[in-house]
This record gives sequence, C-alpha cells and structure tokens, in this order.
Amino acid sequence: MASEVPAQMARRALPSEVRAAWLFVGPGLAIIFLFFLLPIAAALLLSLTDFDLYAVADWGNLRLVGFENYAHLLRDPLFWKAMRNTVYFVLVGGPLTVVVSLAAALMISSRLTRFPGIFRTAYFAPAVTTLVAVATVWRYLYHPRFGLLNHALGMIGIAPIDWLGDTRWAMPAIILLSIWKNFGANMIILAAGLQSIPEPLYEAARLEGAGWWRQLRDVTLPMLAPTFLFVAVMTCIGYFQLFAEPFVLTRQGEPLNSTLSVALLMYKQGFRFWHMGYAAAVAFVLFVVILAATTLQVRLAKRNEA
Amino acid sequence: MKRPVATFFLHAALIATALLTILPLVWMIMASLMPAGEASSEPPPFFPSHVTFEHYRELFVRLNLGRVFFNSALLATSVTVLSVLLNAMAGYAFAKLRFPGRGRIFGFLLGALVLPSQVAILPLFLLMRQLGLISSYWGVILPGMATIFGIFLVRQYALSIPDELLDAARIDGASEARIFAEIILPLCRPILITLAIFTFLGTWNDFFWPLVVLTDDSKYTLPVALANLFGEHVQDTEMMMAGSVLTVMPVLLLFLFLQRHYVQGLLMGSVKE
Repeated sequence: MASEVPAQMARRALPSEVRAAWLFVGPGLAIIFLFFLLPIAAALLLSLTDFDLYAVADWGNLRLVGFENYAHLLRDPLFWKAMRNTVYFVLVGGPLTVVVSLAAALMISSRLTRFPGIFRTAYFAPAVTTLVAVATVWRYLYHPRFGLLNHALGMIGIAPIDWLGDTRWAMPAIILLSIWKNFGANMIILAAGLQSIPEPLYEAARLEGAGWWRQLRDVTLPMLAPTFLFVAVMTCIGYFQLFAEPFVLTRQGEPLNSTLSVALLMYKQGFRFWHMGYAAAVAFVLFVVILAATTLQVRLAKRNEA
Repeated sequence: MKRPVATFFLHAALIATALLTILPLVWMIMASLMPAGEASSEPPPFFPSHVTFEHYRELFVRLNLGRVFFNSALLATSVTVLSVLLNAMAGYAFAKLRFPGRGRIFGFLLGALVLPSQVAILPLFLLMRQLGLISSYWGVILPGMATIFGIFLVRQYALSIPDELLDAARIDGASEARIFAEIILPLCRPILITLAIFTFLGTWNDFFWPLVVLTDDSKYTLPVALANLFGEHVQDTEMMMAGSVLTVMPVLLLFLFLQRHYVQGLLMGSVKE
C-alpha cells in the first residue's frame, strides 16, 4: 500500500476523472452501506430497545431499555447453552477440520501422488454443494436403523449409535458433516501455500539427513504458518455462525437443545417470537465473541513467530 | 517408482478419503431413483432394485418444484449479473482512478470484511419491511448487488493494468464509460468469470437470508423449499433425495465444468496482504 502513495500524488487527478470515479464506486458503496454496514450499526441500537411483536405492528410501541436485553441474556440459561454448544462446535470442529484439510493438502501435494487432479476435485466437491441439501442427505445417513453409517460401523462390530437422537452424539454428528463439507476448500488454499515453499529448503534439510517427519516439522509447517493462520481464522469465523446444519440436521437444535447454536437462538428469538431487541443483543454478543476469538488467534500466532 | 511402500499407503489413504467424500453424494443419487420406501429397509440398499423417476415427477407435478427451481435460477442469475457489474465498476475505480479518499475508503472496506453478515440480518429485515420488499425478489437481489469481497477481488486484478493504456485512450478522446466497457471489462474477464461463479454458487446455496425474507412459498428458493418440505416429508426418503439432487446438481455441474476459474478465485481471496 505504502508504495502506491507517491505514484498517486505524482499526477493530479483531473476533475473529470474524480467525477467518473464517484460514478463508478457510488452504486457499489451505496449498496454495501445501505444493506450491510448500516444494518450492523442498527443492530447495536436495536439491541438497546424492547423491539417486539407490538413494535413490528407499530414503531410507536418501541421503548429504549438500555442494557436490559444484555442483562436478561446473561441470566438466560438457554443463551448459555447455545453459547456452550457453539464454542464446543468451534473448539472441537474447527481444529479437526483444519487438521483434516492439512492432511488432505499434504497428500494431494506429495510428489508420489498420481492423478492429484482427480483427488482434488473429489475432495473439493462437497464444498460447492448446497448445505441444506447435503444436511438432508446426512440426516438419512445418520438414521439409527436404515442409515449407511451405522451399517458400515456394524460391519466392523460397532453397535448402532443414535446419532441425532442422543444428546452426546448430536454435536459430533454435526461436526462430522461440517468436516466433510468444508475440508476441501481449506485444502485448496493450504495446497497453494505448500507449493510456494521454495524447493531448496527441502534440499538443504535432506542434505542434513532430515526424514519425512523432520522436513514436515522444520520446513513445511513453519513456512506454511501464514496460510495456516488464514485458514484457521476463516474457519473460526464461519463456525461461530453455525446455523443451517442444526436447522436441518437436528431439526432446529434437537435433541433437548443440545445442538442449539447462538445463530439459531437469534433466529428463533427474532423471527419466531419477534423478540427482535433481544435477538439483536444475542447477535451482538456473538459478534464480539467472534472478534475476540479472531484477535486472540492472530495475537497467539504473532507471539509464536517472535 | 521409488519408495513403493510409502506410495502404496499414500494411495490407499487418498482413495479411501475420496470414497468417503463422494459416497454421500452418490448415495443421494441412488436413493432418489429407488422405489418409494426402499431406502428404509434393512440392510440399507446402496443401488436401487429398479430405477424409477417417480419422485422427480412428484416433485414437479404435485409439489410445484418447477416454480422453486425457476426462482433459484432467476435470483442467482440476477444477483450474479448485477453484482459482477457493480463490483467491477467499483473495483476498477479503486485500482485505477484517482479520487480523494480512495485509500481511506478502501482501507475501511477491508476492515469491514471481517464483520459477520448474520449481525446485519435483523435490522436488514426491518429495513426491507419498511421498503415493502418482504417476499419480493428484490429483497434477495438488492443486498447481494455488491460485496466487499467482490470489489477487493476486482481491484487486486485491475491493479496490474498499465496506466499508459488508459491515458492513451483518454488522449484519443475516449470517455471514462467507454474505457471501462471496451478496455477494462475485456482485460478483467478472467477475474470476472471467477467472481461470477462464486456469486452464482453463493446465491444458489444461501439459506439464512432467503429463509427470512422470502415468506411466501411462491417465492421460495430451493434450499428454503427443501427445508420446508423436510418438515412434512421426512419419511419419504427417496423423494427428499430427489429434491436434494435437484438442488445440488446444477451447482455441482457448474463447478465441474468451470473448476479452474473457481479454484483461482479461492486462491485470490486467500492472499490478502
């Protein structure tokens, strides 16, 4: 960025160019401001009101209530349950997804691999599919009696698991679906990162007698760190917004709210019960949590570097 | 070939992973072709005893899925065309046109890239209600018409276009609009194709916002209709699978044919700094 500034100053912008520039950026900026930035700012205001069904009918019924929604939320056991579920999903599902992505990237990038293109396409295919549709598919795969998963597990002697009906297994079932759906996209990014590692580094390591494992630990992983951080942060942000998976797979958070996510709670409070002020507070807490989590990740990575 | 043992295990792992990734999708297609009730038998069959298209017919004839399919195609296409145009205009201007505040505005947009879109949904719904756009196609199209990611993608690409080319056109008396249409758009073609695929898939697959804003079932998109259908027809495994095939296949085929462009976009999005 810094190198652009002098070039920019070197020639004065013509008035016609400035006018054209505003005409070019204007429509896009207006859309983003009106339908993205403004609503996010408005969410904060909304969370300070008691916006409910009466206010939906007539904005005159709207009252400012300060931080009452936030106080209510901190006392709401369902909110804490949703937060715990979401954090469980992020902390367990996130690292698992990233590790599987890395393993897949290492496999398709290996020089020993024949036809890497075919494997890459196969691994990536789930990433472009429609989540609602594939979650529907997985709901049948998870069926305790007729599901292929329990059938396959039965063949190696594992007793049937009630994946979606058991509070202990429902979240792991969602995590498994999420890994399947998401590892391919991360793999592509990580594989590109692997490719950009200079070959002489490996040659030098081999000259010093480093085997496969040492090369991975001392060359590949340190060089891949920035790409890895990007993938980890994006996965984290995406996973905190868990919504469609429990909406479809576990019928909106069943069993016994064991898969109720924060975003699902926001949806139910906002669009089922029209507690929009309260739902906005839920959304804003999620926002702050995501911001804190990504900042923490970046800080930790920076410290490791130093 | 050297290291035969390592090569063998590597390929065993590669093939096993490929089977695990593809099997759910293959089973979806198989089950959609089974006679009603066959998928719910023990042991669960993988291949249909005989192939039937009755579930697809049922979806189109009785459950009006043709209309839903049309909605999805119309919305994904409109959002793609409009947003590629607006993002291209803005991305080009941020890269190549000099105007006061350019760096600051762009920096601000980059910062806003991390804002989770879910936070915007409640006020956006109220805004759309004020505008009378609930259950209208515009309710989906308007917010999708420009994205920070799209502007960023085009800008990065357009930076490499030489200024001399544009200045020469200006000296020849070409208007800014003509420069954009006749020089910039053709030069940016590869990134615009990538962006178009991204946008189409994203809009086609989107669930949360259409679920909220499209309240009338004549306006449903495929994911919303499928989630709704699931409520009533959870027992009809074969028909639900047919619905899933109809939802997934268009985007899967689009990806298979245009894979190269899609992957390229994914990589450009990841090299931020």
